[in-house]
Amino acid sequence: MSTSSVSKGCFVFKPSAKKKRTLSLEDHFTQGCEGAKNSETRFKLCQDLWDKIKAETEVLQDELYRKILDSLLDFTRKCSSTRQHSDWTSQMRASEIPTAALVLGVNVPDHDMTFQSLSELLQQSVSPFVASVQAKECGALKQLMKRVLERLMDTVVTVEDDDEEEEEAKQTSTQHHGRVHCSLGALCDWYSCQTKKSSNGTPGKKRSSPGGDGQQQPPVVIIFKDLEAFSPKVLQDFILICSRYIERLPLMFIFGIATSPSTIQHMLPHSVSSLLCIELFQSLTCTQHLATVIDKLILTHHFPFKLNAKVMQVLISIFLYHDFSVRNFIKGVQLALLEHFHSQPLSVLCCEKQEALRNATQLGCKDLERIRTLPSFKRYVEKQESQEQESLLRDDAHLKEVCQKLLKDLCKYHKNYYPTLRCLHALTSSLPRYPLGKQVRELHLICMEKNVWENEEYQMAMKLLKMLAKDELMASLQKCANSLESVKSKEMKKARVRLRELLAKFQQMDAPEAPVEDPVTSPVRDLQKKTDLFQLQKTLLEMNESRRAKKLSPFELLRNEVLEFIDSLVKNHLSPPEAQTLYEVCYYSSSATVRRHLNATPRMSIQAALSSPYYYLQNESLKTEGGSVSSAAPDICIAYKLHLECGRLINLYDWLEAYATVVTSAEGADADGLGQVDEIKHARFIRAVSELEFLGFVKSTKQKTDHVARLTWGGC
Amino acid sequence: MCSERNVCVVVDGVRMTAVLQQPGYDEERLRQAAEQLPSREVQAGMLLSLMGEPDQYSYPSIFIYGHQASGKSYVMQVLLRELELPHAAVSCVECVSAALLFEHVLRSFFGDDAASRLPRSPSLSDFVRVYRQQCSQSPAKQTRYIVMEKAELLRDADANILPAFLRLQELVEDNITVILLSEIVWDKFRPNTGCLEPLLLHFPDYSKGELHQILSRDRHPSYSAELYSSYINILLGVFYSVCRDLRELRHLAALNFSKFCEPLLEGRAKETDTHKLWRNIEPHLKRAMQTVYLREVSSLQWEQMQQMEEKECGALRGLSAHTHIELPYYSKFLLIAAYLASYNPARTDKRFFVKHHGKIRKTNFLKKNEKTSNHLLGPKPFPLDRLLAIFYSVVDSRVAPSASIFSQISSLVTLQLLTKVSHDDQLDAPKYKCSVSMDFICAISRTVNFDIIKYLYDFL
Repeated sequence: MSTSSVSKGCFVFKPSAKKKRTLSLEDHFTQGCEGAKNSETRFKLCQDLWDKIKAETEVLQDELYRKILDSLLDFTRKCSSTRQHSDWTSQMRASEIPTAALVLGVNVPDHDMTFQSLSELLQQSVSPFVASVQAKECGALKQLMKRVLERLMDTVVTVEDDDEEEEEAKQTSTQHHGRVHCSLGALCDWYSCQTKKSSNGTPGKKRSSPGGDGQQQPPVVIIFKDLEAFSPKVLQDFILICSRYIERLPLMFIFGIATSPSTIQHMLPHSVSSLLCIELFQSLTCTQHLATVIDKLILTHHFPFKLNAKVMQVLISIFLYHDFSVRNFIKGVQLALLEHFHSQPLSVLCCEKQEALRNATQLGCKDLERIRTLPSFKRYVEKQESQEQESLLRDDAHLKEVCQKLLKDLCKYHKNYYPTLRCLHALTSSLPRYPLGKQVRELHLICMEKNVWENEEYQMAMKLLKMLAKDELMASLQKCANSLESVKSKEMKKARVRLRELLAKFQQMDAPEAPVEDPVTSPVRDLQKKTDLFQLQKTLLEMNESRRAKKLSPFELLRNEVLEFIDSLVKNHLSPPEAQTLYEVCYYSSSATVRRHLNATPRMSIQAALSSPYYYLQNESLKTEGGSVSSAAPDICIAYKLHLECGRLINLYDWLEAYATVVTSAEGADADGLGQVDEIKHARFIRAVSELEFLGFVKSTKQKTDHVARLTWGGC
Repeated sequence: MCSERNVCVVVDGVRMTAVLQQPGYDEERLRQAAEQLPSREVQAGMLLSLMGEPDQYSYPSIFIYGHQASGKSYVMQVLLRELELPHAAVSCVECVSAALLFEHVLRSFFGDDAASRLPRSPSLSDFVRVYRQQCSQSPAKQTRYIVMEKAELLRDADANILPAFLRLQELVEDNITVILLSEIVWDKFRPNTGCLEPLLLHFPDYSKGELHQILSRDRHPSYSAELYSSYINILLGVFYSVCRDLRELRHLAALNFSKFCEPLLEGRAKETDTHKLWRNIEPHLKRAMQTVYLREVSSLQWEQMQQMEEKECGALRGLSAHTHIELPYYSKFLLIAAYLASYNPARTDKRFFVKHHGKIRKTNFLKKNEKTSNHLLGPKPFPLDRLLAIFYSVVDSRVAPSASIFSQISSLVTLQLLTKVSHDDQLDAPKYKCSVSMDFICAISRTVNFDIIKYLYDFL
């Protein structure tokens, strides 16, 4: 390669794009994929499903933030309209910069999407002048100014219709504020020029945008995405400068706050915060957000792809314990989805019912063989009669038919499972101490693990339900029936009808209930008359007896009936997915993979690499049993192994000798050469030690000469 | 240094007008300026006498100091505007670089092309050169003034800027005076290389009477001046002890005046019922002091609240009421561990976190020669190792040292719950401080059922 440069130096050459044949996503997917035959179909299925999930989550996100965004937009509109008032009060009032403090919670990675949609909405409906800045790109006031100016002026440059002008404007603007015009004064001039243009110019797009005449002076919105990370000094100065121009430039701020609104007061002194008119907007918490996402994404039969209990557990615990980030949760689901379609050849059946049935007819003999080896299918076969068993194992056509039937069953199971789950949750979520969990997802996890009705908590919940008063029970049942309202499956419809009947019975009971109470209350009334202790004891005992033996009241009878009905519903529909035949098609179960990918443990992998290099290098000569290290292992592994045997301080010379012994034994040298340290070994040893130092296992110390200190403990 | 000569106070009836006098300026203009400067006659007169007649050379630099909103820039602005003197007003906070400052000055004196003559990233001598060039083309007929607000920021600029501007007159050989405005006394400015001492002028705070007089001037057009004056009197009675900032007081007056007028509009009181009006407004103002003055509640919300019923107002909580922060489970424990590491001496860790810590003699352990509580001294820095060691011992389950644990530490830093003490470049054993309050950490540890008091050395 040659350059046109005369001087000597290092030059970067970008590789020409033509040479590399870029692998498409699909190629990546098919490479190393199990059962490559139908990988294309699987890839397509996977993509479709992911697109669907993505679209769904985006809609969900929009819905969730709609309320807060709407109120925010209202605020901006109100601010830009009050600015134009000219009554006495607004003249006398110190002109503050309207500021929206948007509290979004600590899951910072999720905020990007919110701000994205916020700035889009603002640009659509309030003002074309929106700039958002992040702390990491604005270390100093100068940079902050520059970013704000660039973003504001650029957004408008792209709005411009005339291409030539755009070019010019871009050139001049870069020339200018690169050098001199990096001040808000320049922005003011630009702004007045813009607004004049839009009001004088042709009745173009801007005029027709919603907002009417308030749009004459659209506010300039500056979004600070992460307020906490900004340096307070920079922010203060920026606000001071802005407040000098507020008369000419209708500025507005939006602060994105991750922690709590009181950070504003920590960051800005009174003299600065008095320049702002701060209004608070609190978004919903990320746990609520997750609950809705799980509700719409996981607890529904619309998506054929499912996660089993362990994978769910891993994803949820990453969310709750580590990051609170819904985006990461969805990424986790995506990973599981990809892994499932990649590693499970039978995932070709994991799609909508019709398509799955079609795919089932086209299964190859290899795939059918795979079905026969599925544990759930084996269990199914064992239950059949011997003749049927025979044909299942031999006859491919018959197997295909059975397969279709089983897939239908699985589909039906899902259709009934989720409504029943919600139904049970509606009943138990209001019980004291939440025996079956506060959230649906907890109940879902319990149900997926094993038969829920064998669970102690379930029995406890049922007991508690039996103690409920009438109005409480009715309210719960009402919720229950409501949760079944929109379900289309036949059995659920039946269940709903039945529940409605029972509810109606409860309501009818209202009238004849009064006389039922009488026998209970009358002896109590008698009690007041008798003062004799013996008599009292006797009557009390009698009362107790009578209560125990007493016939159940109609209410209690009805209550038991209802609970039995619920119990039967649970037993019919809430069996764990593992009990279903062919569940492997839909359920992704490798929780270890998910954990390894999402919750990386760098230190453990380093230690694993050092103590058993075979795990990563896959070289037969490195294979050892027990904790020992083969002497053919890389130098650093040997050094590491030897250092584990030492105490807190390691004598370098001893270490070197031990190392030399191990290495020479590997070379198979004769006995007298053992432990000889030649220059090469010395150098190799030093390199190994310095690598260990770099990895943070040892460090040099001044406590003793020729020693290094160990930084980890344990070992051997 | 009294300037009785320049100020003549005329008392006619109730109205008091001061007349500024200085030869060389138009009488009418001086009168107009004086009218706009209530309670600042003395200072304005002094300034005028320092400035001298327009064509006379003035002192090269004047330094004016006084508290916030004591009328420094206002007086300068009114004088220069009303007397139509050539001037450049610069706010130093805005001049992020010296180039902006130079450019601004040149543009206001000589127009845009002068500013464009400055080279890229100009030095002070470039500025002086361009100035002299321009100046030779259009020499000053009157004294030119450069007014620099927030001059204290000049100290952080290049070292030569402040001394050079103090004697700019000599450097550019033009009739120019630099006026520095600041809230800080001159003693804090003096560069250690020495410089020309400017003339010092102090603007004292407005007294209560002066504030009253100034605030009463902007009365509501539909009410009488007396009513507004009595309103201001009540307002000052409440706020004068906490706030003497004129700007802020004017803002508060505007916000609360509609409430004050409410009984008048409803016909419950007449303008003369001062006591009744006072009873109506006083609790309201007191509440304003706790909320809107502290910016707990924005002025917009305050106005809405006034329109709402009394009982609904309670629903609106101020900014500092929201202190609750939701954190992931391990982040909570990391924060707790950081708090313990910050407030416990390192030697006591063994006692708190090792199960069989052997015999530690109580008297020895409770060596309260650190008599002062650690909580009074504030958080101490601790290394990452110690944080993690404490974390693993307080968290109740076994936690794998995964990457996300470490990333949580850095996200706690960006959330400003922890502060990184060591330099960013130091990758090896970084040090942190915990920057949350005792109340906050107690609330956090309550949510994870951790009794933090038991682990704090101060509370043993």
